[in-house]
Amino acid sequence: MIVAEQKPLAAITSMLEGCRKVLAVGCGTCVTVCFAGSAREVGILASSLRMASRVDGDALEVEETTVQRQCEDEYLDPLAEGLDDYDAILSLGCGIGVQSLADRYPDKRVLPALNTTFMGRPTEQGVWEERCQACGSCVLDKTAGICPVTRCAKSLFNGPCGGTQDGKCEVDPSIPCAWQMIWERSAKLGLMDRLMGIEPVKDWSSSRDGGLRRIVRDDLRLPDGEAE
Amino acid sequence: MDGTMAETRKTGSNLEGVLAQGHFAVTAELGPPKSHDMAEVREKAALLKDHVDAVNLTDNQTGIVRLSSIAAGIALVQEGLEPVIQMTCRDRNRLAMQSDLLGAAAHGITNVLCLSGDHQSFGNHQGAKNVHDIDSMQLLRMVKEMRDENRFQCGEEIPGGGPRLFIGAAANPFADPVALRHFRLAKKVAAGADFVQTQLIFDMPLFRDYMKRVVDMGLHEQVAILAGVGPLKSTGMARYMRDRIPGMTVADEFIERMTGAVADIPKDHKAARQDAWRAEGIRICVEQIEQVREIEGVAGVHIMAIEWEAAVKPIVEAAGLGPRPVL
Repeated sequence: MIVAEQKPLAAITSMLEGCRKVLAVGCGTCVTVCFAGSAREVGILASSLRMASRVDGDALEVEETTVQRQCEDEYLDPLAEGLDDYDAILSLGCGIGVQSLADRYPDKRVLPALNTTFMGRPTEQGVWEERCQACGSCVLDKTAGICPVTRCAKSLFNGPCGGTQDGKCEVDPSIPCAWQMIWERSAKLGLMDRLMGIEPVKDWSSSRDGGLRRIVRDDLRLPDGEAE
Repeated sequence: MDGTMAETRKTGSNLEGVLAQGHFAVTAELGPPKSHDMAEVREKAALLKDHVDAVNLTDNQTGIVRLSSIAAGIALVQEGLEPVIQMTCRDRNRLAMQSDLLGAAAHGITNVLCLSGDHQSFGNHQGAKNVHDIDSMQLLRMVKEMRDENRFQCGEEIPGGGPRLFIGAAANPFADPVALRHFRLAKKVAAGADFVQTQLIFDMPLFRDYMKRVVDMGLHEQVAILAGVGPLKSTGMARYMRDRIPGMTVADEFIERMTGAVADIPKDHKAARQDAWRAEGIRICVEQIEQVREIEGVAGVHIMAIEWEAAVKPIVEAAGLGPRPVL
């Protein structure tokens, strides 16, 4: 899932400067699961903003709502009603949610309340860890199910580097060395031979380096002129 | 390395020639300054001249911006020394690397050491974006294909032929997983390494174990292995390297010897303590060179006297490694 965390309150109040009325919009999907943008966080943030504005002598009005998914237009359509009253939409969605709102309502300022941090998973209660960088050409078959692009600080394809100590990454002793895990897991699975070859230079054009990525599935597209 | 390499020299590198003729090679390290003061590079070069076969020029080591390794390498060529330019994968993509390799070769540089690079979080631009377009293994292969197949990484031919570079790699026998480190060396050899310089050795039994596994695989016959040594400057430095440098091991005996060196000197006699420490550091380094010379498969030493280039001459002389062969 997409993992995000809320920006510091000061950063949010600063971006809301000059606004008198804003609509805080939560998202019921990824950021709800990671406790960053559900109806509950929308409520807490809205209250905090109201209190902060009172302390500053302003009177910011904050209305709250949460949609099922900010990244799909059908869930954003119902927001149109009454939107003229607001100076800005404050999105508690990920970066995709913010941009979906901006696309859907081009005349409205849309502001991000969250920092979108990574694609990952909860590893224990209250802890989330990155697992995928969407490089567009998965190598997990070669690396015993452990992603070196994401989990190695240098994204090595032929690791480990010389900085591994006690099985941990040189960058942070709380991070396990991805390549040590890859070697150990490969050994356990009897797949060490596969690591002895040299993984060739990666084609990064499937990654962000190739520009905006897009998938077109002709089998799913509607015939020309036919609306959904 | 056997003498037959002389007939099949790949480059004009002096280091390659020294190794090909079966001499025990000596390289050292020179850290370029955090300024554009080339006079400092030339001064450090003068301390090393005639005492070593080639000099490594670090490439923004520990992620700290310094004068370019290639620019410093050009100054060394002008001063009559042979540079080994270090190149990390942290700061350049494949285009910049190949361009810089062509530039280096055009200026008479004949050796390159291919490295992943210390992570930028250790340096002075911690918010930098790291590149890592390719890794050190892929860099080795790229340089080899440029040299031996005259083609760029993309496959296009290099007009007039590729740069004639003697290709180096780093090896850390002491990083985890220790038991598998020789496999990594085997990969570097397969990727194209002609010579290898190891991490600083401060755990000789562990290094001996590593070399045994390396020799058992026959790797020492395919690549020249230069053992990494260097003089300690103080007890504090020894402790710092043991506790703070990831992937480094420093045996207690060296901490004890450095402590013992100043045991009879009061703490406020700073100059006397420094002299005693440095003398002991050099003594230990010379002993280590004598020990690695006895280990099968070791073809030379790489002396890393960090910010203490003046130590190289007394170390080389005391170890009986001077004068260096003139080819």
